[in-house]
Amino acid sequence: MKKHSDTYRRELRRYVLGLAFAVLLTGAAFAAVLWHIASPPILLGLVFGLGLLQVIVHFHFFLHIGLKKSTRDDLQLILFSTLIILLMVGGTLVILMNLRHRMM
Amino acid sequence: MTAEERLHPGLNLHHTDPHAHAAAVGPLFGFWLFLMSDAIIFALLFATYGVLLHGTAGGPGPEGVFHIGSIAIQTALLLASSFTFGMASLSMKYGRGTGKLFGWLAVTLMLGLGFLGMELHDFTTMIAAGAGPDRSGFLSAFFALVATHGLHVLSGSVWLVVMIAQIKVFGLDLRVKTNLMRLGLFWHFLDIIWVGIFSVVYLHGLIG
Repeated sequence: MKKHSDTYRRELRRYVLGLAFAVLLTGAAFAAVLWHIASPPILLGLVFGLGLLQVIVHFHFFLHIGLKKSTRDDLQLILFSTLIILLMVGGTLVILMNLRHRMM
Repeated sequence: MTAEERLHPGLNLHHTDPHAHAAAVGPLFGFWLFLMSDAIIFALLFATYGVLLHGTAGGPGPEGVFHIGSIAIQTALLLASSFTFGMASLSMKYGRGTGKLFGWLAVTLMLGLGFLGMELHDFTTMIAAGAGPDRSGFLSAFFALVATHGLHVLSGSVWLVVMIAQIKVFGLDLRVKTNLMRLGLFWHFLDIIWVGIFSVVYLHGLIG
């Protein structure tokens, strides 16, 4: 049991750090919207940016996805899924927004 | 243990239980595949929401029906539950006694149920105020997206109860450990989807 106490502390630290980053990013996004710190388009960009950062924080600290070779399959699967999602979501938005624009 | 050892998403058991770790790598990668296809379902619900955002048909828009306080509390509950599940995974991995493991799982379950209770309360308030899913395209897309996430959290909560029962009945055997790790991936994944929901749906809607 004793020899695992180092790895235990390291992994515990990882979860605590993840929680701290997540609280910080979430708090920043909510505070920015609550106090309207910028004009709407900038605010929207800020909220989406903070959200994206938080998704990466969750993947790294809670799901332990890294750049190491041993976990690269999982990362590749995420990147491939992201590509599919960007194609489908982006395509849907572009086509239907265009249609909406034409029908106005 | 070598540096080239295969790892899977989530907490790996290779330090404390190499045998269970070797057995878990395949199943957990398979579950990861499922989660990624689930992510595509959510992505398309997000796209539908984006398309229908302005289709309010004269009914209430986002700023009229969302309340930032309630959303902040729901976010805090779900984020805290992700952390407590991490603590449960650590108790399982380092054999800190099933008492601690039960405790963390029970706290996670309570936080999940608290989240569901608040979400349900928000939904019923909206429906009572005439902002139900049948009111407009915007509200249909909103309920489809957010309730799909809510149903996932509900399944996760049922799964938590099943896991507590499995640990009680079978003890921490190989199958139970693998199941717990799968549930861990599922639970952390739902928190990631929620980050998308509070950014794209709620905060976006409140910015106007």
